[in-house]
Amino acid sequence: MAKAATPKKPAKRKAALPQKTDILIAGAGYVGLLTAVSIARSAPSLNIVVVDAAPDNVWQNDGRASAVAAAAVRMLDQLDCWQDILPHAQPINEMVVTDSRTNDPVRPVFLTFEGSIDEGEPFARMIPNVEMIRALRKRCDEYGVTIVQGVGVTGFENNEESQSVDIQLGDEHTLRAKLLIACDGVNSRLRDMAGIKTVHWDYGQAGIVATIAHERSHEGRAEEHFLPAGPFAILPLTDNRSSIVWTESTEKAQRLINGDEFTFDIELEQRFGLKLGDIKVETKPRAYPLGLTLARDFVKPRFALAGDAAHGIHPIAGQGLNLGFKDAAALAEKVVEAHRLGLDIGALNVLEEYQRWRRFDTVQMGVTTDILNRLFSNDIAPLRALRSFGLGVVDRLPKLKDFFINQASGISGKTPRLLRGEQI
Amino acid sequence: MSADNTTTIDQDDVDRFSAMAAEWWDPAGKFKPLHKFNPVRLRYIRETVTEHFELDASQDKPFSGLRILDIGCGGGLLCEPMARMGADVVGADASEKNIEIAKIHAKQSELTIDYRATTSENLDAQGEQFDVILNMEVVEHVSDVDLFLKSCAHMVKPGGLIFIATINRTTKARALAIFMAENVLRWLPKGTHQYEKLVKPSEIDAALEGTGVSVFKRSGVFYNPLTDDWNLSKDMDVNYMVVAKRES
Repeated sequence: MAKAATPKKPAKRKAALPQKTDILIAGAGYVGLLTAVSIARSAPSLNIVVVDAAPDNVWQNDGRASAVAAAAVRMLDQLDCWQDILPHAQPINEMVVTDSRTNDPVRPVFLTFEGSIDEGEPFARMIPNVEMIRALRKRCDEYGVTIVQGVGVTGFENNEESQSVDIQLGDEHTLRAKLLIACDGVNSRLRDMAGIKTVHWDYGQAGIVATIAHERSHEGRAEEHFLPAGPFAILPLTDNRSSIVWTESTEKAQRLINGDEFTFDIELEQRFGLKLGDIKVETKPRAYPLGLTLARDFVKPRFALAGDAAHGIHPIAGQGLNLGFKDAAALAEKVVEAHRLGLDIGALNVLEEYQRWRRFDTVQMGVTTDILNRLFSNDIAPLRALRSFGLGVVDRLPKLKDFFINQASGISGKTPRLLRGEQI
Repeated sequence: MSADNTTTIDQDDVDRFSAMAAEWWDPAGKFKPLHKFNPVRLRYIRETVTEHFELDASQDKPFSGLRILDIGCGGGLLCEPMARMGADVVGADASEKNIEIAKIHAKQSELTIDYRATTSENLDAQGEQFDVILNMEVVEHVSDVDLFLKSCAHMVKPGGLIFIATINRTTKARALAIFMAENVLRWLPKGTHQYEKLVKPSEIDAALEGTGVSVFKRSGVFYNPLTDDWNLSKDMDVNYMVVAKRES
């Protein structure tokens, strides 16, 4: 097995941009940084630059938290990031799923995902985004990955003469690379620049995200209530706090976050319940539009999409982040493998292997979450009966439940090495 | 190049490949099957060479210090990876046009490779010596396998290796590697391979006899249509690779 690279001397964060690099990653979110760290660790001779259009303080003020499955934790551990994140992580030991009208006094419990993956390994953990990004940036520094904030890609063009891609950064700077990786989110501008079309539809829903402080301990329990407007999820954070993802129609969500606090609190209490005692909204609630966006292609010569830039899915099953981890792990594995064999890392046949690996899984997950959302986000009596029956059956069949748990923890299918906790 | 009688070049084959040379480097073009096939043979070469010469496989450039000859290098599909792995590479091809294409591409890739439009017999006559000689998908295109392999073997340094990859002369190979690949799947232009010119593993052993170089490793390479990729296998009936060494 290949040994991990000894870290190079730290790179200056505000380092001047070079004229040339092997890989340019656009977007310094978790997918971009994971890809950078995964490649840099196993192929230390490859130069990697990460640029992000946002100023440096934006990531530091991200108040959101993410559910990270067991496989993703193994990857973070393999990348030496986990020890930095662990103190801030809240294990999810139990997951309760219910289906009800908003004002039902007691919600029927249909599914209790209590399963662990290995002894003592919870199937998911909630971690603050800012801590994950901080840990990944630290590793980037150690591995000599240059991160430049406040600089975006404004154009790019393949250069046959030099077997590379010429990338326009901001106003004046041009950088030549072998491979350009776009991790610039669901509204990816690079995807448009590459001429890659998407399949897209809007759910007419928005997800309200906020951190809630409560009196009593959540005991590591996550809850997802399928309400007529869409799922309402409560996800445990450290100390007596939880993160909520609250789906409403776009219009109502806007009204709620822009309206007075009193109305918001009442509506929240009705959904959150009082079993954890008094609740208090800790961060200003924000609403994110929900839609399904699938890129028709994930790759072009010298160009690859990863994370939400390739696929924005409904958060109903909490799978968006796990798909992003899988993309980063699979793309890094293919790039490192090609590099070891002396192949051109930006060649289309190398990138097509990544696309082939990831696209089926992505489309499957996109369609599954879409069906779940359509099935659950309504109050049609026959459908309520059907899904009650469906969830009840799932709860009684251990094998099927295991399948759901395995999907939820992201360890099924042909798994990239990093997600199995192995080196590339 | 002088037209002497001891050449192993088959002029018809040279002309055919020259016509296609410009397409060498298009992974979706005429040489797509070769691009698809490349990773499995590169992995095989990398693993065999690092193991044999006790090199550090975790290094980015494990082949540093090795002098490698790729005979019948075409557009340089193997030479460039060898150079990226750190080797000092000589690429030889009988086609001037292939060599021109390979030179242009190496320059674009910023790699230094010594490309020569010449034959193994000429290189041998010049007294060239190599740590590793690659003979990949070539022997089925030469007119005199025996003479060709003897000249290659002569250039292997003591302790050095020679890789030979080709297609076996079996009914199965005729059905899969010729009929399927050329007429059904259209991977290769018709007439790329002639059944009579395919080479059996025993014929390679026979050609190397008395050269001091002998085969010590054999593998089949098989295409899986379900996953659309190539894998090593024990079945040497169609595509196969052998490695021979000269004792140090």
